[in-house]
Amino acid sequence: MKETVSSVAIKKEWDIVGARQAGRQLSQELGFGSVDQARIATAISELARNIYLYAKEGEITFEELYDLPKVGLKIVAKDKGPGINDLSAVMQDGYSTSGGLGAGLPGVKRLMDEFDLVSDGEGTKVTTIKWARL
Amino acid sequence: MRVPILKLHNYLLVSIQIELDDQTAMQFQEDLLSKIHETGATGVVIDLTSVEVVDSFIAKVFGDVVSMADLMGAKVVFTGIQPAVSMTLIELGIYLKEVPTALDLEQGIIKLRQELEEK
Repeated sequence: MKETVSSVAIKKEWDIVGARQAGRQLSQELGFGSVDQARIATAISELARNIYLYAKEGEITFEELYDLPKVGLKIVAKDKGPGINDLSAVMQDGYSTSGGLGAGLPGVKRLMDEFDLVSDGEGTKVTTIKWARL
Repeated sequence: MRVPILKLHNYLLVSIQIELDDQTAMQFQEDLLSKIHETGATGVVIDLTSVEVVDSFIAKVFGDVVSMADLMGAKVVFTGIQPAVSMTLIELGIYLKEVPTALDLEQGIIKLRQELEEK
């Protein structure tokens, strides 16, 4: 099982675009179809924006997963921000503390195949995976 | 980076062909409203054929621009939303029910004409 890891730092607003472009490129190389590429890019955009909005800075890490015949893209969004107070509230559609649409995290969960959220006073870590069948 | 806004009779035509970051999207919102004010345009078509990613922020900006233009008296129609973008938005939970859409630029102009004549 071969694994490749890369990452994009999120510090300024433009990094949101940089992260989703990097993720889209990777997903294309891994053989994801165009709809999955859009799902992955959109999910990354939501995760990167959360980092930028709530924690100011953090990092998105990409990991290629090979579990043949499946290949996958694992995306980890990590920050050292204030953490999420009410974990069950942020997973509800329409919940937002920033005046947004509140589609972020529950939306990401629907776009991806696997989703895990850990948050405490030390920061927040969202781990999510999309699988492609080749 | 700015999104070009073209005037055609009493319509404004926009084709978004760049990767939209938050700031560009906000700038576009402001530019479009100024252009409506400046030209007295009654209809706007925004074509998204080349747009590959619409996340919740961009979707909110698009929804807002429809309401804002409406307050000023102009109708906005979005056209050319790609299948992948449409699927992704619905899965995200964003329905954009208040946003008028049409398949392509041609249908968009027809829709605008119909809506404006009804008034």
